[in-house]
Amino acid sequence: MSQIAQSQSAQSRETMISFANVSKSWGDNHVLRSLDFEIGAGEKVCIIGPSGSGKTTILRILMTLESPDEGLVTVAGGTLWDVKAGHKPRETKQMKATRRNVGMVFQQFNLFPHMTAVENVVEAPVRVLKLSKQEARERAVELLGMVGLQEHLQHKPAQLSGGQQQRVAIARAMAMRPKVMLFDEPTSALDPELIGEVLEVIRELAHSTDMTMLMVTHEMRFAEEISDRVVMFDQGVVVERGTPAEIFKHPTEERTRRFLRAVLER
Amino acid sequence: MSPDFWTFTAHLLWRGLQVTILVTVLGTVLALVTAFVAGLGRLSDHGPVRWIALAFIEVFRGTSLVAQLFFFFYALPAFGVRLAPMFAGVLAIGLNEGSYAAEIVRSAIGSRGVGQNEACVSLHMGKALRMRRVLIPQSIPAMLPPFGNVTVDLLKNSSLVSLVTVGDMTFQAQIVRNQFGNTTVVFAILLVIYFILSQLIALLSRWLERRFALDRDRRSAPEPRIRYAEATGGSR
Amino acid sequence: MTWDSGFALSLIPQLLAGLRITVEITVLGMLIALVVGLFVAVVRRSRIPVLSWLFGFYVQFVRGTPLLVQAYFAYFVLPDYGITFSPFLTGVIVIGINYSAYTAEVYRAGVEDVPAGQWEAATALSLPVPRTWVRIVLPQALRTSVPVLGNYLVQMFKDSAVLFAISVYELMGHVEAIGSDTYRYLEPVTIAAVLYLIVSLVASQLVRLLENRLALSR
Repeated sequence: MSQIAQSQSAQSRETMISFANVSKSWGDNHVLRSLDFEIGAGEKVCIIGPSGSGKTTILRILMTLESPDEGLVTVAGGTLWDVKAGHKPRETKQMKATRRNVGMVFQQFNLFPHMTAVENVVEAPVRVLKLSKQEARERAVELLGMVGLQEHLQHKPAQLSGGQQQRVAIARAMAMRPKVMLFDEPTSALDPELIGEVLEVIRELAHSTDMTMLMVTHEMRFAEEISDRVVMFDQGVVVERGTPAEIFKHPTEERTRRFLRAVLER
Repeated sequence: MSPDFWTFTAHLLWRGLQVTILVTVLGTVLALVTAFVAGLGRLSDHGPVRWIALAFIEVFRGTSLVAQLFFFFYALPAFGVRLAPMFAGVLAIGLNEGSYAAEIVRSAIGSRGVGQNEACVSLHMGKALRMRRVLIPQSIPAMLPPFGNVTVDLLKNSSLVSLVTVGDMTFQAQIVRNQFGNTTVVFAILLVIYFILSQLIALLSRWLERRFALDRDRRSAPEPRIRYAEATGGSR
Repeated sequence: MTWDSGFALSLIPQLLAGLRITVEITVLGMLIALVVGLFVAVVRRSRIPVLSWLFGFYVQFVRGTPLLVQAYFAYFVLPDYGITFSPFLTGVIVIGINYSAYTAEVYRAGVEDVPAGQWEAATALSLPVPRTWVRIVLPQALRTSVPVLGNYLVQMFKDSAVLFAISVYELMGHVEAIGSDTYRYLEPVTIAAVLYLIVSLVASQLVRLLENRLALSR
């Protein structure tokens, strides 16, 4: 468990993310059902569960890539979504301002193919944060160094392996200095031998920053290692939540046990 | 055939060739602009804009190019608008070809995959920035081959401006025919010149494609070209 | 001087007569294009040494030169060699041969797009070659080719307007005649444009319906 988590008790942490009564369905498929949960500032939380259980939807709603059918979502005290049942969700100025606190790392990396690694990391800080090119470049070089890619600054995504691309993606997201970082199955699209290098970077982020991190992953041992809390999700509801020790060693719910058996027995 | 014939023909065809090239180039520029405006219009977030773009495209694709030429040259005067023949000609073929090419733009940009859009949202880049810095630049390589065809089409359509008194190669060939009556040679030469021009355009297009290929660098050895001695050395 | 509705209405019968000729040209021209194109595609695929190359060059040449110039060539040059066709016939042949260069490519692409696995499966099942063609390859090739051919049909309909320049009295020919007689071009051109638009929109929709029908029947 990270040093920072140990030095703060759960109660004294301010709430960074909150979901209140959030629902989402695709037709007959209820992806999220009246979801309530909170994440404190600086917490590292992993969401696990079977496919199609709504885990990714939580992240996508936080990144406003999808809208809830109903519910209130706040980030860092600001309203992201406030949707009443039966009303159409709309993009508001408030939402855009609140969204600035959130960054995301995607399963498919989504790097800009026509730009080099450095250019990928520099683009948003210059264009959105209005940093000078000089400043943005310094930040980019530092971040790419931190993820171990200082030899690959001028390479385009096509010249990089999957693991290297994902590390660039992490640097790119970090360059915006978000308060909340979302990881949507960051290693699921990688060849097995490349997973380690990406997990290494994420582990470092978990240990050395007080960024709030929310990750959907199938890497159970990794989740156990770096999380403050683990949430088990299935069919749109939270099945169980607790510390890694509680969930992985002594799960109370049968669904959790079944899932862990299926996953860990491979 | 007398030497007079050859000098006369060469002289006229040379003048015609210059006009043909001018019309083709101007037409291509107008077609490109039209294609981007209409193509991006089709991708707009605003319904009315999409509709107008679609209507424009359907009208200019659905009516015959000759009818459009006639409209700009012969019919507009009824509204008091008298366009110079060259202007009317370029306008018609540019807008016509541009409305076909709009689909190239729309599909190249639209097929970039939702991941790029989502990455832009996650980096807080607005729609304009997304288009300008991310979607359009990476779509250009995909647009080049079809745009090569667009230019060849424009070259061929440029021959139609001869029907509204513009002095291109086809027009000049007619003059030669009226003067000398020797049609086979003149029109054969005409066909050959058009053919050579279209092959040249195809070559130019392929060269541009190679130059702009996204994975061009894959073939070069992945050595870093610049060393960053001051970069945070190696380690975390 | 603007729109004269009375004048416009009086033109409609004449323009519809022109439209009819346009449709005739398109149908006949497309027939020629389909047949000649098939022949060209077969010869090219057969890889007979000189002929294949020649036909290949022919396709490139026809696609690289304007229809108008090809039409002029046929119209002015053929009589010099004793061939006198009516303008209508000349026009049909020219547009048919022009489009055969495109249909040949459609046939080629249609056949090449059938996955190699189909051929291999047929060989493994010991199906004779002609039967493989007729029962396995051609139906799949047609499925992708037919919509494209349909689009070429619509395009030919619009391109046929060019033929008025060689005195074919189709829709555009009528427009030109009316215009030079009355000095009023606005009404005939606009009505003609609308006619082209209506027919090509309807035809395009039919092609799309056909495409969906073919795709569904997989």
